[in-house]
Amino acid sequence: MTGTLEAIRAAMPSAGVELVNNPSPCGQHSLRVERKDALAVAEFLRDRLGYDFCSNVSGVDWPTRKVKETNTKKEVVDGVEKEVKTTTERDVPGFLEVVYHLYSISENSGPLTLRVRTGDREADVSVPSLTPVWKSADFQEREAFDLFGIRFDGHPDLRRILMWDEFADFPMRKDYVPPDDFEYEPTPHDEILAKVKARTEAA
Amino acid sequence: MSDLQTIDVSLGPQHPSTHGVFRMNVTLDGETITRLQPVFGYLHRNHEKIAEGNSWLAAMPYTDRLDYICPLTNNWAYALAVEKLAGIEVAERAEFLRVITAELTRLQNHVAFLGFILGDMGAWGTALMYAFREREKILDLFESLTGARMMCNYMRFGGCRCDLPPGWLDATRKLVDGFPAFLDEMEALLNGNEILLARLQGVAPLSAARAINGGLSGPVLRASGVDYDIRKADGYGIYSRFKFRVPRGVVGDCFDRFMLRVLEARESVEILKQAIAGIPDGPVVNPKAKQRGLRPPAGEAYGRIEGPKGELGFYLISDGGDKPFRFRIRPPSLINLTLLEELCLGTKLADVMVILGSIDIVLGEVDR
Repeated sequence: MTGTLEAIRAAMPSAGVELVNNPSPCGQHSLRVERKDALAVAEFLRDRLGYDFCSNVSGVDWPTRKVKETNTKKEVVDGVEKEVKTTTERDVPGFLEVVYHLYSISENSGPLTLRVRTGDREADVSVPSLTPVWKSADFQEREAFDLFGIRFDGHPDLRRILMWDEFADFPMRKDYVPPDDFEYEPTPHDEILAKVKARTEAA
Repeated sequence: MSDLQTIDVSLGPQHPSTHGVFRMNVTLDGETITRLQPVFGYLHRNHEKIAEGNSWLAAMPYTDRLDYICPLTNNWAYALAVEKLAGIEVAERAEFLRVITAELTRLQNHVAFLGFILGDMGAWGTALMYAFREREKILDLFESLTGARMMCNYMRFGGCRCDLPPGWLDATRKLVDGFPAFLDEMEALLNGNEILLARLQGVAPLSAARAINGGLSGPVLRASGVDYDIRKADGYGIYSRFKFRVPRGVVGDCFDRFMLRVLEARESVEILKQAIAGIPDGPVVNPKAKQRGLRPPAGEAYGRIEGPKGELGFYLISDGGDKPFRFRIRPPSLINLTLLEELCLGTKLADVMVILGSIDIVLGEVDR
């Protein structure tokens, strides 16, 4: 993994790439790429380092977290010097992330995990599409768009894939609230039922 | 002028040859395909969201419902990913049980495939009945081992749920020894058939480079001549101990995809023979592995296996809690459809069903 990172840095000194450590025993560390460099880095990985097989594309929702910070200050209270603890809560802004798992069939190596982040979860949710580099990302990026609401710039056909087109929300987001009745749709019966209800209540 | 000639046809979602509720919006010029758009989601139930709301173990029976033809390999892929994530060792006997059940799954999947694709070509009935006669014997073995024919829920983290019932290994040995004779019978029935050859040979060839870029995996990838089998490449489980060959196609047409299943089934028989001969005694699950109340340390892991339909992977992120923070399935059936339009363009309408059949999808996995 560090070798791959050095190769990218040697070829593209201006590219924003950093190593993300994975504490799990499997030791699959990943590379985080800045959005502006993602397409160039992907092409470099495919053409120069032999990562010809993009296996898995996954959206991840990292919601806004609250982090508690405790500060200890020395203050003089009633003429006596004391240590006073103050706890402040700070919001770590959330973001959406796309994770690509790459393998090399020609060199038989992998997985190389590539991560690209959006700016936030609401307005700035665009990342460059890697479908021009690996066609296999096509349906999977559509799925990430469908379920997470990540917009892929340059995707040839960015539409909902699993949910229906009229669906408005993004069900895989952590703050998604499912409706009480999935199959509710207004019918003429509603009017009649309302009339009956009004009549029985009046009586 | 050409606008007057083209017609739009909606193939599916209810269609006997779409292997479930799958729809293709097809534009035809005469009988030739000029555009094909797959429509997914009729069987979507957001498996990933459900799994993220349940404990780690509770996702295991649900994986059976992915590719419901092959529940045991689905179990294995999920168990493998969790074992990678939490660093769990697998009991030795369980490794053999996993290989045996997974290869039996591959056998019955490929056999069912032979029946289904004949059905797609219009030979409705005979070949399917031959295939299902043999598949039924394997399902009986699954039932006596796990209690269910298709919803097996057999693997556990660090091993398997239960040991073999008495006489199971002998019955399996008998089935495995008799299996090549069935494959010979099937090949004699099918391969010399002129209609079958005319319908399969030269239909929708696919180059190796395109197959790799399109993310195809499993038999469809190898039919295009790519020597890539995850059992060899990763050597997960104990596959590195067995001797077997990886069949490959030459031109990647429908006939190569068809024959590759037959050849792969023969190699599975070889693996099964070695595994049945070498299975040791011992516990079937690692006693140190926690099942209920498992809390893997924070981190992430991607585990994948060579499923009968292709690379089945699970990408899991743990935040140290009792539920997965992110539970992602890499579905081979969906991703193998990426190049469906490319394969179908320029072919005749009747070929679409054969091409779709040769990719071998299950909608439970496509839509999840």
